Amino acid sequence: MRLPGFFGVHASPSPRMRWVLALAPFVLLVAVYLTASHFRLEDNPDDKILPSVGQMVDAVDRLAFTRDERSGEFVMLHDTLSSLQRLAIGIGLSAVVGLLLGMNMALFPGMGITLIAMVTFISIIPPLAILPIIFISFGVDELAKVMLIFLGTFPLITRDIYGSVKAMPQEQLTKALTLGARELQLVYRVVLPQVMPRLIETVRLSLGGGWLFLIAAEAIASIDGLGYRIFLVRRYLAMDVIIPYVLWITFLGFFMDWSLRQILQRRYRWYRS
Amino acid sequence: MSAANDKSTAPRLHIENVYKRYGGRTVLDNIDLSVTKGELCIVVGPSGCGKSTLLRIVVGQEQASAGDVMIDGEPVALPDASRGIVYQKYSLYPHLTALENVLLGKMLEYPFYRRRSAVEAHRDEAMELLKRARIAEHADKYPNELSGGMQQRVAIAQTLIKRPRIVLMDEPFGALDAGVREDMQVLLLELWEAYGMTVFFVTHDLEEAVYLGTRVLVLSQYYTDDRGPAAGPARGAKIVADHALPRRAMPTVAKSAPEFTELVMQIRHEGFDPAYLRHVRDFNLEHPDAFQTLTPEEDGRATRPDSSAPSPTGSASLAPFPSGSDSSTPSPPGRNASSPSPPGRDPSPPSPPGRGLG
Repeated sequence: MRLPGFFGVHASPSPRMRWVLALAPFVLLVAVYLTASHFRLEDNPDDKILPSVGQMVDAVDRLAFTRDERSGEFVMLHDTLSSLQRLAIGIGLSAVVGLLLGMNMALFPGMGITLIAMVTFISIIPPLAILPIIFISFGVDELAKVMLIFLGTFPLITRDIYGSVKAMPQEQLTKALTLGARELQLVYRVVLPQVMPRLIETVRLSLGGGWLFLIAAEAIASIDGLGYRIFLVRRYLAMDVIIPYVLWITFLGFFMDWSLRQILQRRYRWYRS
Repeated sequence: MSAANDKSTAPRLHIENVYKRYGGRTVLDNIDLSVTKGELCIVVGPSGCGKSTLLRIVVGQEQASAGDVMIDGEPVALPDASRGIVYQKYSLYPHLTALENVLLGKMLEYPFYRRRSAVEAHRDEAMELLKRARIAEHADKYPNELSGGMQQRVAIAQTLIKRPRIVLMDEPFGALDAGVREDMQVLLLELWEAYGMTVFFVTHDLEEAVYLGTRVLVLSQYYTDDRGPAAGPARGAKIVADHALPRRAMPTVAKSAPEFTELVMQIRHEGFDPAYLRHVRDFNLEHPDAFQTLTPEEDGRATRPDSSAPSPTGSASLAPFPSGSDSSTPSPPGRNASSPSPPGRDPSPPSPPGRGLG
């Protein structure tokens, strides 16, 4: 029996059909944009809301491939490095703290009972709501931005690691003790290697939130960064800069996600999520 | 120290007056049990009778509400390397290959920065165990790449590398297909002989029990005592029968032997029949290591045991009843009440179990 190519629950599209289907929404979006842009610019060549591809290429060329007249730097590269540094420190700190806290809380009941309510409480506070507090407490420099990312992501990582270590069968812990493990060995030599792939997984999911807090912090108080640039040129309605920057951020996010997935697949062959 | 003196004569595993209660419900009710070195001791019982609870108490995963667990005369509580365990599943670590799983017990003896030398020192030993378990060709596979039977082979090797004084097994073959299960039983008997293991094995499969065991304990909540009907629903399981089995030379043919099926039927009757209630004084405790410490409430006719009376460890304080005898021959009062505690321990019974539900 031939299965339908598209319709119904039994649909089984051919490999080529899968590509066509997956690309179709993107093609559609680009087509709609180009059409709308074309008509608006025909109406008013100075329109800034929907710039043409040419205008965007010019903007990227100016920001990415030409040294800035004042600072002598490539603006887009500089912005990217600043932002990535903040994100890496913030998320990295979250991952380390979340891993250590979550694992120890799950394995040592005394620690778990002491901290789980607090961590849950912190995780429910919307980080952007305490943004003013963070800027007041940590200043308007790098520390505040990193802290916003950290505070926004570590509670969820902690809770996720806590949950997955709690879900480990008790048998595995008893088994390790019968093999002569001491308590700290149980934590760092039996449990830690087992939750590493889980940590990578939750860091992947936390990156979305991380970008959100990064852009927010940069929008409010910064002198460089991808979010800073977007909110700076917003004043001049410079969509020819904003749209390439957004695409660039999206690409960076996608690339990080892809890299982490590659690590999972190569280094943790035994892991099936 | 008296404990050190005990070591040579003390039974490998000694459990006395052990109770386990969850809230008002008593699961294990005054369990007394002594296992000699080299025994392949099987515990059977109806589902929910607490056999796995007993095993978890022995390994230390759960703590007894009252009573003592001793290995070679030394009290134990939390899990340690003196007792190895093989579970039905989750014995293996998913992030380690079969070989690494077996090596783990040795690796943990080394600091993490000496990993390499640990592997070098013990690789051959681990491979030898895997060979013995006939799984060496899969040494580099992860558990999720192995079938259930293969995983259990690795799990047994993993436990043996630490040379535990007693190997506990919680329905280790319960999830396997019949054919694989039989292979595993033969393998276990081989390893038991080769390594002189002492095994404490929990199963619900009576054929498996009689086939494997040198001793079969029947744990059951179907019995009566002098505590009256009030204790009825709160009454926990006891060891109601304790059989000594000869080790057969040809284990593979034994399953069809008439005495084999007869014993299976008898055990089913003793432990699994809710209508067949034997009095605590009349349990079929024929094994020479069997002993019983009854509380005055359980045995209304008994006088309170003289706590200073010493009695030799491991000796039968209880004359074996004829096997299969259903007649409730009255036993002399107090006979069951003396306890073969190791010297220096106070054998006084604990407070009677809660009768919360009464």
